[in-house]
Amino acid sequence: MAQDALAREEPEGWRSIVADWSGDKQTFHVPWGKAMMWIFLVSDTFIFSCFLVSYMNVRISTTVPWPNASEVFALQAFGHDVPLLLIAIMTMVLITSSGTMAMAVNYGYRRDRFRTTALMLFTAGFGATFVGMQAFEWTKLIVEGVRPWQNPFGAEQFGASFFMITGFHGMHVSIGVIYLVIVAMKVLRGDYERAGGNYEIVEIAGLYWHFVDLVWVFIFAFFYLW
Amino acid sequence: MATVEEVHEATAPHAGGHEAAETHGQQHPIRIYFLIWALLFLFSAFSYFTDFLPDGLIRWGLILLFMFLKAGFIVAIFMHMAWERLALIYAILGPPLVLLVLIGLMVVEGDYTLLTRLDFFSEPPPITAPEH
Repeated sequence: MAQDALAREEPEGWRSIVADWSGDKQTFHVPWGKAMMWIFLVSDTFIFSCFLVSYMNVRISTTVPWPNASEVFALQAFGHDVPLLLIAIMTMVLITSSGTMAMAVNYGYRRDRFRTTALMLFTAGFGATFVGMQAFEWTKLIVEGVRPWQNPFGAEQFGASFFMITGFHGMHVSIGVIYLVIVAMKVLRGDYERAGGNYEIVEIAGLYWHFVDLVWVFIFAFFYLW
Repeated sequence: MATVEEVHEATAPHAGGHEAAETHGQQHPIRIYFLIWALLFLFSAFSYFTDFLPDGLIRWGLILLFMFLKAGFIVAIFMHMAWERLALIYAILGPPLVLLVLIGLMVVEGDYTLLTRLDFFSEPPPITAPEH
């Protein structure tokens, strides 16, 4: 595509890496905002990894049985205890929001301002729903006596890991909602139209949002299912 | 597509052909997003149902399998990594690999702490030091 337009031959595979990193030129052929968002996301990956690895470490090292997540997070529905019901719904909500965000990026590049704004606001709405459900989950556990230093189900480290990991993720979702609403409003107002119809910012906001979903995939697997 | 191209050329006349084409960003058929969306729902449902399996290698293996599939689809398609250049892909996906070292170290450390705790917490301390 882009490379075809060039007269010179484009190296492939490993040679393309050498070509991109060597010489006095821009290494990443993406807008700087996108490169910076990716680098931020790498650093954020390390933060979440530290939490998950420390969770693994305390779970390995405790002599007390770890609380069974599928019982702790079960909800009463239709007269049965359904394991992880709320968590499953939260997962679906977040995936739905990722889908609407991907659509928003697509419509952004088509310069369809109204659809982009609407889809971003849908995404933010799903995100807010997620945070609301998380608040419900926290309330339920706190009422049941889960604290960062103790809980009625087993190993004390469960509470610390739970509040730390889901709290930090919930904070990311909340910040993402604010971010999306701000960008959506700017899209609607036509700011990017005046800046030459450049809707990269929607993709960059989308990168952040998909990352939040990505982190949830790992939290869901390691904290709730394992 | 053509209009976007024209506007871009008009607003960024200084940019070379290379950059101009790239700042168009990631335009892909909507069909692929719907496909990945559906797959993510499917794999999420699958990973939810692993909760009903008995603990063991099969369950843990399936949890990891669905987790990596979901993560891979999100990064590759939704975050457009599949369409980026290798220089960016390796710069982003390479560094997190060192986490494997951290995980390995923390498994060893956790096991050591567990054994130490079992030694000192669950039994009265031995009068003569046993051979370890």
